[in-house]
Amino acid sequence: MSDGVLLTGGAGVLFAVLAAVALASAIAVVVARSPVHSALFLLLSFVLVAAIFILQQAEFVGAVQMLVYAGGIMVLFLFVVMLVNPGVTRSEKSFQHQWDVAVVLLPIFLLPFLYILGTEKLPDVPVKAEAFRMVGTRVVGNTEAVSWVLFRDYLVPFEVASVFLLVAMIGAVVLGKRSLEKMD
Amino acid sequence: MGQYLPILVFAVLAAALPIGTIVIARAVQTRRPNAAKLEPYECGVEATTSAFDTRFSVRYFLIAVLFVVFDVETIFLFPWAVMFHRLGLFGLAEMLVFLAILVVGYFYCWKRKALDWA
Amino acid sequence: MTFAFHASDWLLLAPELFLTAMGLLLLGLSVALGKTKEDFLAFLATVSVGITGALVAFVATRPERATPILGGAFVVDNFALFFKALVLLSLALTVLASARYVGAAPYPGGEYYALLLFSGVGMLFMASGNNLISIYVALELMALSSYVLAGYFKAEPKSTEAALKYFILGAFSSGVLLYGLSLVYGAGGVMGLPELAKLLASASRSNLLMLGILLILAGLLFKIAAVPFHVWTPDVYEGSPTPVTAFFSVGPKVAAYAILARIFYVAFAKFHADWGFVVALVSAATMVLGNVAALLQSNVKRMLAYSSIANAGYALLGVLGFRTEWGLWGILIYLLAYTFMNFGAFTLIILLESKGYAGESVSDFNGLAKRSMPAAVVMLLFLLSLAGIPPTAGFIGKYYLFTAAMKAGYAWLAILAVVMSAVSLFYYFRIAAAMFFTEGSPAKLKSSYALSAVIAVCAVGTLVIGVVPQPFLEVLKSCVLGR
Repeated sequence: MSDGVLLTGGAGVLFAVLAAVALASAIAVVVARSPVHSALFLLLSFVLVAAIFILQQAEFVGAVQMLVYAGGIMVLFLFVVMLVNPGVTRSEKSFQHQWDVAVVLLPIFLLPFLYILGTEKLPDVPVKAEAFRMVGTRVVGNTEAVSWVLFRDYLVPFEVASVFLLVAMIGAVVLGKRSLEKMD
Repeated sequence: MGQYLPILVFAVLAAALPIGTIVIARAVQTRRPNAAKLEPYECGVEATTSAFDTRFSVRYFLIAVLFVVFDVETIFLFPWAVMFHRLGLFGLAEMLVFLAILVVGYFYCWKRKALDWA
Repeated sequence: MTFAFHASDWLLLAPELFLTAMGLLLLGLSVALGKTKEDFLAFLATVSVGITGALVAFVATRPERATPILGGAFVVDNFALFFKALVLLSLALTVLASARYVGAAPYPGGEYYALLLFSGVGMLFMASGNNLISIYVALELMALSSYVLAGYFKAEPKSTEAALKYFILGAFSSGVLLYGLSLVYGAGGVMGLPELAKLLASASRSNLLMLGILLILAGLLFKIAAVPFHVWTPDVYEGSPTPVTAFFSVGPKVAAYAILARIFYVAFAKFHADWGFVVALVSAATMVLGNVAALLQSNVKRMLAYSSIANAGYALLGVLGFRTEWGLWGILIYLLAYTFMNFGAFTLIILLESKGYAGESVSDFNGLAKRSMPAAVVMLLFLLSLAGIPPTAGFIGKYYLFTAAMKAGYAWLAILAVVMSAVSLFYYFRIAAAMFFTEGSPAKLKSSYALSAVIAVCAVGTLVIGVVPQPFLEVLKSCVLGR
């Protein structure tokens, strides 16, 4: 971890606790028998990740995490769970027959990552804690700093994002609406 | 981090309330169950199926997806609003274009009756 | 980055802006006009792509495109213009090839064309992307539109299956790509490709950077369907509506090559020795698996899907050749040829489609020569080109790719590619044999003006590039990226 500024002392301890619980609930998502429980563990993990973002002073990303993931995406997941009749899925082990594959693949992918993240000396990108809280030379909030970059340097990708959302809407209607045949 | 203290207090209170209610109820209640009492209460109507046997209509899903789309849209409004004064007219124009594209989508959903229940 | 852009930046983005506007218009007209006016919508979509092409030609004449625009987010160099032209070509061919197919289907046409145009907008931005964020956002726009198009015939289980597989695997690969981008950003702290190149020039080789580059490579190899990230291709190609399959096999692939080339040629050139090894292995595996698996197929769409996997393997030879200019040059030539010949072959399938949805077996081509000699001859031309037989465009493309691999010191791969091209003759010949030496249904072939036009354009392109390649080679040489 790029050290020091943000994750020392009490903040460091808090980070370790949040990260551990987030990880545990992520594992619980996979192993829980009932899809509804999986969804709720996922929600817990989303909220904890949001807390970690806020702890690192990335307040905007934390807010996105809460509003979009814990709010929107969760609604979607719960609906899917309810669409596929949880009573049936609960009695079947349909999501858990790939344990053997997972146990083999996990170390193959995880260990190199852990090795690299553990041994690599990461560049000190946040030279000072304010690095991501600046607009020009003024220190402001993280949300303001994001806004300044988003609406000026990345304005075209921002507008492309709205076309992207439009396509998502069209896709939802085209694929999700039951009777879209030969409409006049 | 100090400014997050109120949030922590609220979080603790919010967690304490339901947990406390359940614990206190357990502690003070009397238990004399019989068959009629153990039935799920559905406004006096007899329950026909278990809660896990109901499937939601697929229509909910369309609504949910549209909700997420507009939810993401709101996320973009948030940073724009906090910097509204410094972004000025240029920022306003940008946001209007962004919203105009989504209004076309809204119009489309409306006309395709994606917002109707039937 | 600084807030530095001029009014002229918007002029240079005119093709993208216009195409977006037309997509919105088509969407609005779709609900306003209804199913009966669908031919008009197809016409409007064709005209939109045509005008966008004219705007690209106009942009090509502007002197101010020498510098990156919008604070470095995009760049409109010759390389970008070539890819924009190629993307628009595939888009125009797709719209034309779809007109009758979609018109006869019980699904609204307006959204279909609007989605095609939006996907085109994403691809145009990809061609110009000069910054990790703008590249990623453009890629996602293209991909999301593609997922919806794959499942557009939603009453067909195969179409829905194709959309679901494409979406889940595509989203996963986007996640891998994004993780790679974030690691590279974490290692360097800059988003722009030229800035990244400058930074990496003085940076030493670090494991973190290597991991980031590897993940970016994996994400992009998925988009071009290279082994081992190819498993989605046959199912998606088979299940999607055939014009959409034809589109997938050229448009999004071409755009993915554009960003693959830009990222690896510009930003990661220094570490060629590191990723080159991986690309060489992937290329070898792709060529072998694609060609061998294609031998076993009886469904033409699946066969051409494996054939397009094999073609991705050939094109990766050009990526290996990035040390010299030949690599990039070879890719450009090959993609131009590939667009014509592959789209042409798929259009013939659209023409022959007879047994309802996704039932196109090789036997559909039985006796095509008796039913329509021109159609059979043109299909033979596309097959010869795909196999790389002179005097066709496919030969020219392969010649330059294989030469690029030789020059880059991968002689063993070039030899393997030649051997695999020979293998590919077997399955291409199966279709040819069905057309000329087998009896089939005597029914007359019903074409439409639009389909005939698409086939004619593809055939002329395949033949002309093969017979007189020199002018094309000259133009494409000027489109090679500078470093």
